[in-house]
Amino acid sequence: MAIFVDEKNKVLVQGATGHQGVFHISEMLGFGTKVVAGVTPGKAGQDVKGVPIFNTVHDGVEETGADTSLILVPARFAKDAVFEALDAGIKTVVTITENIPFHDTMEFVHYAKYNDALLIGPNCPGIASPGKTKIGILPGSIFLEGNVGVASRSGTLTYEIVNSLKEKDIGQSTCVGLGGDPIIGTTFIDSLIAFEEDKNTRAVVLVGEIGGTAEEDAAEYIKENISKPVFAFIAGRTAPPGKRMGHAGAIIARGKGTAKSKIESFKKADVKLAKFPTDIADLVEEFV
Amino acid sequence: MKLFEYRGKELFDKYGIAVPNGKLATGEKDFSNLNFPLVLKAQVPIGGRGKAGGIKTTKNLKDAKEKLSQIIGLDIRGYKVGKVLAEEMANIKKELYMSISLDRSKRMPLIMASASGGMDIESVPDDKIFKEWINPLIGIQSFNIRSIVSRLGLEKEETKQVSIVLSKIYKLFREYDCELVEINPLIINIEGEAMALDSKVIINDDAMFRHTDVEPELTELTPLEKDAKEKGIAFVQLGGNIGVIANGAGLTMATLDALTHFKGEGGVFLDLGGTDDPEKVKQAFELMKKAKPKVIFLNLFGGITKCDTVATGVKSVITKEGIDCPVITRIKGMNEDAAKEILKDAGLITATTLQDAAKRSSDLAGGK
Repeated sequence: MAIFVDEKNKVLVQGATGHQGVFHISEMLGFGTKVVAGVTPGKAGQDVKGVPIFNTVHDGVEETGADTSLILVPARFAKDAVFEALDAGIKTVVTITENIPFHDTMEFVHYAKYNDALLIGPNCPGIASPGKTKIGILPGSIFLEGNVGVASRSGTLTYEIVNSLKEKDIGQSTCVGLGGDPIIGTTFIDSLIAFEEDKNTRAVVLVGEIGGTAEEDAAEYIKENISKPVFAFIAGRTAPPGKRMGHAGAIIARGKGTAKSKIESFKKADVKLAKFPTDIADLVEEFV
Repeated sequence: MKLFEYRGKELFDKYGIAVPNGKLATGEKDFSNLNFPLVLKAQVPIGGRGKAGGIKTTKNLKDAKEKLSQIIGLDIRGYKVGKVLAEEMANIKKELYMSISLDRSKRMPLIMASASGGMDIESVPDDKIFKEWINPLIGIQSFNIRSIVSRLGLEKEETKQVSIVLSKIYKLFREYDCELVEINPLIINIEGEAMALDSKVIINDDAMFRHTDVEPELTELTPLEKDAKEKGIAFVQLGGNIGVIANGAGLTMATLDALTHFKGEGGVFLDLGGTDDPEKVKQAFELMKKAKPKVIFLNLFGGITKCDTVATGVKSVITKEGIDCPVITRIKGMNEDAAKEILKDAGLITATTLQDAAKRSSDLAGGK
């Protein structure tokens, strides 16, 4: 078992014929993902690595039965792309695109909710359930099938942590890249709920960073509702207030969102914290 | 992008929100169409300018000229005053606070209003600040406005005026992709009119492409940060003397944290992102050199990005242009062995673990 996505997801890629699209369709197929369709307006009839291309998401869904969409289109077209996917009945949307105006994200996050759809991202690396599927741009080589769930606001830092788990032979049930933007569709809490229910997940790793209160909210939730052990790393302990540290969401504004507050909240919730990203694997190993 | 007060007020004016009659003042001629008494306000992108001598009132032309020359050129917490807004003084009856910002957890615009305007909102107790969330798909409705404005203790005509201002700033917030629209204070003057005495407007950088009428303001950035922004590189200058180059924002932050653990201090945050393009790597190193760090710490994890491609880029910059400080590298992931050989060949120090690299960088930088 895994959370959110598994081998049954039939994936359609929006923005399929660009450089990124072609590369990642190939990588996903190599990982075992069922990539069934691609969409690029005006390119119907072509194919990418044997995957048929359609003009619209509606056409792609009708022809192939796709139920999941991977959004790789540029930021200014992302809102339209997500709305199109939801309108065509897609129930899982993974949005990789970064630099989407947050007013756009605000709209499609709510529209996804009204459509009972799962939205992951934006500005995220995607999601992988090792041995089953990978939807996004995460490098396939870092994963190992297993029992640890990972949810993260970061990209490369996640790869680093997952890779260090693999080096200790600790596999993962699902790794969710939540995204580094101020507004994201799927949160730590959503992931924790799913990991708690998933019989195959025995422990959860959270990778957080400064900005917002997602970690504090998660800590509150863990205290009351999560029975499985939770491990965490927080990036940005030394970031100065008011400076945007790469991610749009990673900023300490008006005194809120400091690493200190997040670390203290997690400690109160009995979450085991790592000092260095690669230490997480040692902590998890002791538990396993 | 944070707008100066006067530019925020230009937007208010465009949306029909009353602001005091005023003008940017550089000399005597600019006072001719204004009625004394006036308020002279330094235009800087930070708060606390009143305490720093950046706001002065004046009753006549002679005094105004003198005070203007005192404010222009003033250093307010690192910002040199270049522009001063001269405004007619308002006759205040009531001072309110009103803002619209983003609630990240609820993913909705959040309206905050208070009858305790005119002071720092952080110092206003929570029970004196009223909140209302707006569903972005249906937009602001009359009930939202009633619900929040009715709690401000206003008279009937004042309620009407403030309600109109609120619906207008919501429109501005959405149409201009704002992160924040704040009016503090929003006053009721003795004539009974609602008027914005100050403005704080921040436009989301990611949405600037659709607001070509708004001229970019880069005043908050250092010259090197401006340079990086133009090249599309995430680059932040910090207090220390170690330059950090990593790929990915989270990894870059984690690297800075590791340095601090070993008593080092990051001086520059440079995120290469997902690129292994030699040209970008070259630009990144050039920027880093200009920042004059004592040590450069290159920390890479290759997932999709191939370590050896980045290493080749690094080597070509260093062999061609030289580098006058030690470079510690720590490489992990796709093709790491090949990358380490290339970096060693270029005369750089290769460390095995993040901790090892962070410790060596910190030691070389002198622990400070």
